[in-house]
Amino acid sequence: MAFLELSHLEKSFGSNRVVKDFNLDVGQGEFISLLGPSGCGKTTVLRMVAGFETPSSGAIRIGGTDVVGKRPNQRNIGMVFQAYALFPNMTVAENVGFGLKIKGAGRDEISARVTEMLRLIGLPDLGARYPFQLSGGQQQRVALARALAPKPQVLLLDEPLSALDAKVRVSLRNEIREIQRELGITTIFVTHDQEEALSISDRIVVMNGGIADQVGPPFEIYNRPTTRFVANFVGQLNAFTATVEDGAAGRVRLGGVPVTLPAPVSGGSVDLAARPEALYLGRREGNDVILPATVRDVHFLGSVIRIGANVAGMPVALDTFNRADQPPPAPGAAVELSLSSRDLIVLGG
Amino acid sequence: MSLWGRLTGWIVLIFGLTYFALPLLGLTEFSLKARRGVYSLDAYAKVIADPEFQATFGYSVMMALVTIALGILIVVPTAFWVRLKMPWARPYVEFITLMPLVIPAIVIVFGYIRLYNTSSWLPLTGSIMGTNLLLAFGYTILALPYMYRAVDTGLRTIDVATLTEAAQSLGAGWVTILGRVILPNVIPAVLSGAFLTFAIVIGEFTLAALLDRPAFGPYLQRIGANKPYEPFALAVIAFGITWACMGLIQLVTRFSKHSKVAR
Ligand SMILES: Nc1ncnc2c1ncn2[C@@H]1O[C@H](COP(=O)(O)OP(=O)(O)OP(=O)(O)O)[C@@H](O)[C@H]1O
Ligand SMILES: [Mg+2]
Repeated sequence: MAFLELSHLEKSFGSNRVVKDFNLDVGQGEFISLLGPSGCGKTTVLRMVAGFETPSSGAIRIGGTDVVGKRPNQRNIGMVFQAYALFPNMTVAENVGFGLKIKGAGRDEISARVTEMLRLIGLPDLGARYPFQLSGGQQQRVALARALAPKPQVLLLDEPLSALDAKVRVSLRNEIREIQRELGITTIFVTHDQEEALSISDRIVVMNGGIADQVGPPFEIYNRPTTRFVANFVGQLNAFTATVEDGAAGRVRLGGVPVTLPAPVSGGSVDLAARPEALYLGRREGNDVILPATVRDVHFLGSVIRIGANVAGMPVALDTFNRADQPPPAPGAAVELSLSSRDLIVLGG
Repeated sequence: MSLWGRLTGWIVLIFGLTYFALPLLGLTEFSLKARRGVYSLDAYAKVIADPEFQATFGYSVMMALVTIALGILIVVPTAFWVRLKMPWARPYVEFITLMPLVIPAIVIVFGYIRLYNTSSWLPLTGSIMGTNLLLAFGYTILALPYMYRAVDTGLRTIDVATLTEAAQSLGAGWVTILGRVILPNVIPAVLSGAFLTFAIVIGEFTLAALLDRPAFGPYLQRIGANKPYEPFALAVIAFGITWACMGLIQLVTRFSKHSKVAR
């Protein structure tokens, strides 16, 4: 049973259709990421849920009630912005207590809740500070506490980590996830960073040009992308073009090597893809596809070695783990790469 | 800088001094000469003791405060709304707020008298309260260019759109947003607009004289025509008030800079 339902959501600005037939069911307590390139409509979807934009058509239901007609201040939704947006004239405690004060809560109730929230975000002693006296990461934590304090039904975060530096970004994203789990709050998290989305989401919605291309758990999105866009956008990818010999039997020829795919294909040629970690340098038990290749370059990254090679004129990248007793091949060397035909992704659309 | 450049600079400065500072000095010096042979504050004492001075000055201060309140009530929501929802309208609104600088006050007041005279549909000039109200409206119009500019500049220093949305998502309505989020963050700007308004209203003559209200400006003019030393003392006092206002603007701006906007 979905707690937050977006059905057939559409939004146009003038003649520009920004969100097209967007459907999503979010379960109670679920953490959903909207992932996609700049301008694909992520923020617009979020702003429609928050009530800052009115959908051109479609419905938004929270706990079964349609909220489209409601104003933003009647929706009981917590929002965290990329730009922090703390009230500069108020202390941290006043910021966090703002929502409760609006609701008419008593002073004791507010101060108890503020203390609780500040402890939750790990800043119990900073209540008396002003926003300009905090670091970016601290400000964003306070913004999170402020959004959560009035116990909203849904939490929306629009690229909350984009303005922070890399280290803070990673620690804060894990913290956000922990807090979200602890409170069990239904959350939509907008990002254009695939690693962010993959690491913390229950499910990811990959958006492209206003459409939800694929919805699924990170493992599925990464390993079983259903569209070429998703395959390319999420993670690194090696793409091959293979000629079809017997489509019904799934028999194709990849750079002269016969390959049998687990599923039937159609047409004269088919686009296949494999993740860098699916390719293996040399032969291995279970890897039924052997591809002769020439090493182009070798990047030693520490625990992982990324090798660039050419297979029948097509560039591929493969990742192998570093082993102290096994030096990587030199550029120009002729090698064999192997993979399991089950790891080949057939790219549609 | 060349010799010529420097020379021109000095000439301009000296010209400015003779034009501006010298009369002021003369004025001040003369205002101190009420007692024969020695400098004294007699003229000031006399002026301040004059009940009419107290009455008119009090009246004008009152009017200034009302004008400031009206100005804030009109300008802050307007500038906020224009920034938030109708950024395309900003040039037009700015143009409208500049009109009072172009249209002489006398035109405005004749318009008022014509529109709101005792035989019109809204006979504001028929009662003292009505005329006071009319005068306050007139002052608000005169102060509009300064107030609007000050507030608009203040709004530029905060992220109006995001702060508004943050407050909305926390349940705040428009009045709360304006009163608790927007206004407190543009207080320095509002104050500098208020001091300018104060300086304008205190010395204003045309509107008050033609609407026949007992304000400080007309009093100044009347004394000037009838007394020897007091008008000069009054002029110095009026000048002092204006300068005090300017000083306060400076102070507020500087004070606010390192308390809030810094980051
Ligand atoms: N108020 C608006 N008026 C007109 N067009 C708009 C408006 N808001 C957004 N758009 C357009 O809608 C499209 C989607 O914008 P949106 O902000 O939702 O993208 P996004 O996925 O959040 O991108 P980013 O990652 O850059 O934040 C863009 O082409 C944008 O120009
Ligand atoms: Mg966005």
